Amino acid sequence: MRLSKRRGLGLASAAAVTALALAACTGPSDSDSNGADGDFTPLTSIKLQLQWLPQAQFGGYFVALEKGYFEEEGFDSVEIVPSGGDIVPQDALVAGDVDFAVAWVPKVLGSIEATGVELTNIAQVFQSSGTLQVSWKGDGITSVADFEGKRIGSWGFGNEWEIFAAMAAEGLDSTTVSITTQDFSMNALLDGDVDAAQAMTYNELAQVLETVDPATGELYTLDDLDIVAYEDTEGAMLQDALWADTQRLETDPAYADAAVRFLKAVAKGWLYARDNPEEAAEIVYDIASNAEAAFPVGPVHQLWMMNETNKLVWTGAEFGVIDEAAWKKTVAGALSAVNQDGLNLITEEPPASAYSNEYIKKALAELAEEGFDLSGAYTPIDVVLTEGGQ
Amino acid sequence: MTEYAQTASLVVARRRASGRGWAAAAWGALGVLAVAVVWELYKFLGPAEGVTIGQVEGQTGSGVMILPRTHDRAMPHIWSMIIRLGEPTSGGSTPPLFVTVAQAALVTLGMAAVGWLIGVAVGALLGLVMQRWKLLEWGLLPWVVVSQIVPLIAFAPVVNAIGNQIDRSGTPWPQWLSVAVIASYLAFFPIAVGVLRGLEAPDRIHVDLMRSYAAGYWATLLRLRLPASVPHLLPALRLAAANAVLGAVVAEVSIGMRGGIGRMLIQLAGQASSDPAAPWGPMFGSIALGLIAAGSVALIGLGLKNYRRGEANT
Repeated sequence: MRLSKRRGLGLASAAAVTALALAACTGPSDSDSNGADGDFTPLTSIKLQLQWLPQAQFGGYFVALEKGYFEEEGFDSVEIVPSGGDIVPQDALVAGDVDFAVAWVPKVLGSIEATGVELTNIAQVFQSSGTLQVSWKGDGITSVADFEGKRIGSWGFGNEWEIFAAMAAEGLDSTTVSITTQDFSMNALLDGDVDAAQAMTYNELAQVLETVDPATGELYTLDDLDIVAYEDTEGAMLQDALWADTQRLETDPAYADAAVRFLKAVAKGWLYARDNPEEAAEIVYDIASNAEAAFPVGPVHQLWMMNETNKLVWTGAEFGVIDEAAWKKTVAGALSAVNQDGLNLITEEPPASAYSNEYIKKALAELAEEGFDLSGAYTPIDVVLTEGGQ
Repeated sequence: MTEYAQTASLVVARRRASGRGWAAAAWGALGVLAVAVVWELYKFLGPAEGVTIGQVEGQTGSGVMILPRTHDRAMPHIWSMIIRLGEPTSGGSTPPLFVTVAQAALVTLGMAAVGWLIGVAVGALLGLVMQRWKLLEWGLLPWVVVSQIVPLIAFAPVVNAIGNQIDRSGTPWPQWLSVAVIASYLAFFPIAVGVLRGLEAPDRIHVDLMRSYAAGYWATLLRLRLPASVPHLLPALRLAAANAVLGAVVAEVSIGMRGGIGRMLIQLAGQASSDPAAPWGPMFGSIALGLIAAGSVALIGLGLKNYRRGEANT
């Protein structure tokens, strides 16, 4: 009796362990790969993973969704999945949770080397870097060389590599510069806890300019600040890019076909956002504050963000095409950067499959045939910020 | 005692009870007022940049701050916080902040309630088996205690990852369930310990009496041990409710679940430079949430009044 009970327990626990192990092994199943014979059922349902909550930084994708551009390219259902910092876009892509992901190039390069995953950058949406280091006028921090002996704020989470790459190019390291983690508000700068705070042109810079200067009773202005733009330094790295699963691109013609159609819709979305920044900002603000419960900063802030984002997307180069020189600069920066813990982001060149212009070129060619011109520059509008961006 | 006297004494007792209720409410309001007064007083008297000792000239961020900053970004006026509650959450035509806070608090309360239920079920089961078999108590109790040492922020992503895995393999596992499970992880502990101690609470003499009646385990459990455990159980349930709310808020933040009060707090805190009063909305919301959760459990106590002899502190 006693023995059999024990054996029963043993069996039950063995069964439970096996079930758990099996559950852990069951990954996503690629049931619809039809080989490379070119005969496939087109994908009609895809998911795009963002790297943050809905905001105008992702304007083009939401415009494409709202304006029906995905339907025009043959997608019945497109889901844009936000991340609250909990989802790492490239991880979600590797796990098969989503079909495409928005992520910064250096972060994905780090993942590729660290875990050996195979991902391909199929479109470089942001052509230039939007990262800044912001300090108060008069503190004398007008270039990366001035960081020496100063306290420099950074968010971490992979957003810091441009700082270290730019410092490496100036021969500075973390023994001469004090790097400190800052939160996502700009209080560290406003309270003088850091000498220079990290900021994106499209977000945190605006937060400073939406704050009242207690000395004057008016909002801070750009005249109060010294700004180092990493785009102007050796540390500049490529940011928001669209990533796809390399293996799936090679083996699944339906996926490769969907990638091109997806890029066409996205390009049209960004084109609309370029030509109608006010409406695009409104679309994102509306989705973010209602459908997604993302509690975005107010509508004026979103318009500022749309305007600044457009400047990064539409530099005069062709939409989404990866500039080889910029890619090489990013890789060189990633190789040279050493963080405050003495760690490298990557130690060897990424594989050649890490980026491909094949899909975006094909998408642009098809769009050109349809009469879309996707090579213009953006004419910025004037955005007057208000307190709290409301 | 005559019937009249009995009624009279009842009325007096009731009046005394309601008087105590009012007094308690007044003390409560006074306490809240006192906090507000202390806040404003310090804001008025304290230096705007706070007090930092051991600061090295020209070295930003050196020294230790011993008194907090008092300027409007660090410490908004109480009335700014209240006014902000009535203003649109995200500007434009979005609903007022207090409405959004209430909605988010409800979402969190729902997850905390599910977590509490799971916690109570698991905790009660553990308590029962640990009381029934001494061997299991020796084997399990240390692990139950150790389980609470695991930091929640390390544990939460693991639960979330397992949940995603289950969801991906076909069985639907919504994200709120992960939050509820994490909340239950904090909630089950006081229940398990409370039930164990409660079931062991009857005097030896009473247990012996039951034995002399030839009452079996179940009869003893039902007629003696469970009623005797109530004074231990009620505080445990209340502790579990508070833990479940805490767990739900922390879980939301660490797994990035949107819609609840924890995520809202983080989100608004990120915008606090230009809108410093806004994060206080969800902060008030989570305080209200804790009170509601503990209060609802107190209602259970009303139904079990007859068994509450000797409860140390209500």
